[in-house]
Amino acid sequence: MIAPHPETWVEVRPQGLYVVPGGFYVDPLRAVDRAVITHGHSDHARPGHRAVLATAETLAIMDHRIGAQPGQAKQPLAYGEVVRLGEVEVSLHPAGHVLGSAQVLIEYRGSRIVVSGDYKRRADPTCAPFVPVRCDVFVTEATFGLPVFRHPDDRAEIARLLDSVRLFPERCHVVGVYSLGKAQRVIGLLREAGWDRPIYAHGALLPMCALYEAHGVSLGDLRPATAGAKGVPKDEFKGGIVLAPPSAIIDRWARRLPDPVVCMASGWMRVRQRARQGGVELPLVISDHADWDELLQTFDDVGAPEVWITHGREEALMHAANARGYRARALALVGYEDEGGS
Amino acid sequence: MTPFAQLLDRLIYTPSRNTKLALIVDYFRHAPDPDRGWALAALTGALSFPGVKAGAIRELAMRRVDPVLFGWSYDYVGDLAETTALIWPERRSNRAWPTLSEVVERLRTTARSDAPDVIEEWLDPLDATGRWALLKLITGGLRVGVSARLAKVALAEYGGVDPTEIEEVWHGLEPPYGELFAWLDRRTPRPDLEDKPVFRPPMLAHPLEDDEVEGLDFSAFLAEWKWDGIRVQIVARGGEKRLYSRTGDDIGAAFPDVLDHVTFEAVLDGELLVVAGGEVRPFNELQQRLNRKTVTGAMLRKYPAFVRLYDILFEGAEDLRDLPLVERRARLEAFHARTAPQRMDLSAIVEFAGRDELEALRAGARDTATEGLMLKRRDAPYVAGRPKGLWYKWKRGPLTVDAVLMYAQRGHGKRSSFYSDYTFGAWREHPETGAPELVPVGKAYFGFTDDELKLLDKWVRDHTVNRFGPVREVTHGLVFEVAFDSIHRSPRHKSGVAMRFPRISRIRWDKPAAEADRLETLEKLIG
Repeated sequence: MIAPHPETWVEVRPQGLYVVPGGFYVDPLRAVDRAVITHGHSDHARPGHRAVLATAETLAIMDHRIGAQPGQAKQPLAYGEVVRLGEVEVSLHPAGHVLGSAQVLIEYRGSRIVVSGDYKRRADPTCAPFVPVRCDVFVTEATFGLPVFRHPDDRAEIARLLDSVRLFPERCHVVGVYSLGKAQRVIGLLREAGWDRPIYAHGALLPMCALYEAHGVSLGDLRPATAGAKGVPKDEFKGGIVLAPPSAIIDRWARRLPDPVVCMASGWMRVRQRARQGGVELPLVISDHADWDELLQTFDDVGAPEVWITHGREEALMHAANARGYRARALALVGYEDEGGS
Repeated sequence: MTPFAQLLDRLIYTPSRNTKLALIVDYFRHAPDPDRGWALAALTGALSFPGVKAGAIRELAMRRVDPVLFGWSYDYVGDLAETTALIWPERRSNRAWPTLSEVVERLRTTARSDAPDVIEEWLDPLDATGRWALLKLITGGLRVGVSARLAKVALAEYGGVDPTEIEEVWHGLEPPYGELFAWLDRRTPRPDLEDKPVFRPPMLAHPLEDDEVEGLDFSAFLAEWKWDGIRVQIVARGGEKRLYSRTGDDIGAAFPDVLDHVTFEAVLDGELLVVAGGEVRPFNELQQRLNRKTVTGAMLRKYPAFVRLYDILFEGAEDLRDLPLVERRARLEAFHARTAPQRMDLSAIVEFAGRDELEALRAGARDTATEGLMLKRRDAPYVAGRPKGLWYKWKRGPLTVDAVLMYAQRGHGKRSSFYSDYTFGAWREHPETGAPELVPVGKAYFGFTDDELKLLDKWVRDHTVNRFGPVREVTHGLVFEVAFDSIHRSPRHKSGVAMRFPRISRIRWDKPAAEADRLETLEKLIG
């Protein structure tokens, strides 16, 4: 029997990517009956589904971010376990993006498709590393799908931050980070680099950090970055490192900090104008997505003759994949965001 | 290249002037000669490689990168040097990073056709920041937020001398400035520029504040009109002639109609104006001729340039700067009578019996060609910089209108968490519907205190109706009294008018927006 090509049994619908013989969507963009969720970022894990299958970590993150959803059926699935949904077999495999992030392998009559969600290839002390899974079609993101995006070694970026902290002991370094994934990874990298002093965090980051700790990711001495009396900057923050969501680092919240050096940890920081427009003084190129070379390397590693591209700069990645002999197709799914929104 | 690349990379992200100065001074301390001299030349815009065009960089990128991918990347990044630096496929290379001097000296002697090969050899061993710095250097226009003036202030700080001393020698020196650093390092005396046509740092005035008027002894001062052009210096020395702006930029190439009539040897201080039919034209006509490298015949006919002379610094080789003003004035008058240069005249002395008469003259003058009066101490020598108590500018009272806040934009550096740049508008009737509408008439970001800024920032946040990146549109509910020196017609603005030096003079928290001024009121103020 010839295995049916995935394009005959996986459809792009307005709600998202639909697996027909399984009767479920992967990371649907609006509320559906049955959803398989790759990871907890809000553009992938949306509210209102009647049944959700994901890793236990992702389910916990969704509970925290979306809140209790009465009547929702939740099915946790560990990495590598196989479950049958309708006529297909489903298993989850680490994507290396954030805690609990998974690639979804779906097998139907000998035909295999992997929906990778968002992923990265670098080591990350706060989540399981990406595992290449052989398949017939690999569904990929293209957030950094331009050859100008090559992330440098993240340890070197952390070293630049620590150099700057040493250079300006009277100032405070405030680092813009996303609350799920980037915050914990930056803390983890700082700890690996030997920074054992307290790290201060904006209130919006603390619950997710606590959730990571509850899942066994140790973050060390973490304290809330509360303002001093009458909002006066606290001397305690001088020479210190404070983490905050990107929207807070140059806004009113940051006025509590003594003469802050504005830093931002993001793959977009590779482009100078983008960093400057955001008022960033010390850009740190640290990303939870694969860079250009890693996207192409991953195609080779999974050995799929065909790649489908969900979101990002798909035209350049399609062009490069075609040039390397892959069949490439853009799915034009509207609703997934770039890291950093705009 | 390493220290230079790191310097540029830090400068581009640093909003604070003091931090920039510290970074540049630190670089001068640690970089060797002649690297630091070439870096100084790059920062002050004194370095160019006419043999290398942007096209060569693009061509180079195409050797290594798929043109389609390069095109998409360039569209995204928006800067050729940065795109090339980021996209360059790294190859292992056994070469060391080139030094800045190696790059500059080699490029100066490389034929245009060989340049791409030479640059390609350098790109391989460099990292992305090194490539970016190299390509920025080669294509000119560093755009790292450092003016030539700031670089010179850093130089002065490095050498422990006054910035005017740097200005004094600057225009007689050439990159890589070996003599300059030798002097600043106290290895040699100050470079001697006696017979070169160098810029002499000008004497500047303080504004005369209202509370100082009472105590000023007006009889000790000469008065002149403050002409509304740009301050210039004519330098003719050793058979060469130059026209410098107030900051020492050589702008002579754009003003042959002035320089052609320099047939003397002297250093003169004056105001560059457009004068047609014996009449001084408004500033915005002069503006048509500024910031241009060359000038067309049509521009020369339409906006003929002219210099109104204020002072004489050198006559021949004789330095007159230590003479008191009245003696310099006598020398200037005699010099002018003797040489009678075309397209130049003397700025007249305004005769007055006492303060009251002068105040009346100042208040009565609404000639758009002047901004008010200058007061100069009769016994003062010509002192570079802005010495206290010697020269005052006594601008006539500004014009004011009440305008409505329309948009607010985030500031920079210390102000980056504040909405501190304000665009305001005046009322008019919609051309088609006749309904009242606001049309932007200007933008201002100073004139208020830090405490007022906090209140304004809060007001903006509480009254936002739309966001466009760093800009917020607000409800039409806050009136500013806006002060400005003059107002002109401007086809480039939707309102058809443009203000000169607008600033917030008062925040009219009390005034209803509907009672702010109408565009017609502003149009009547056009001089």
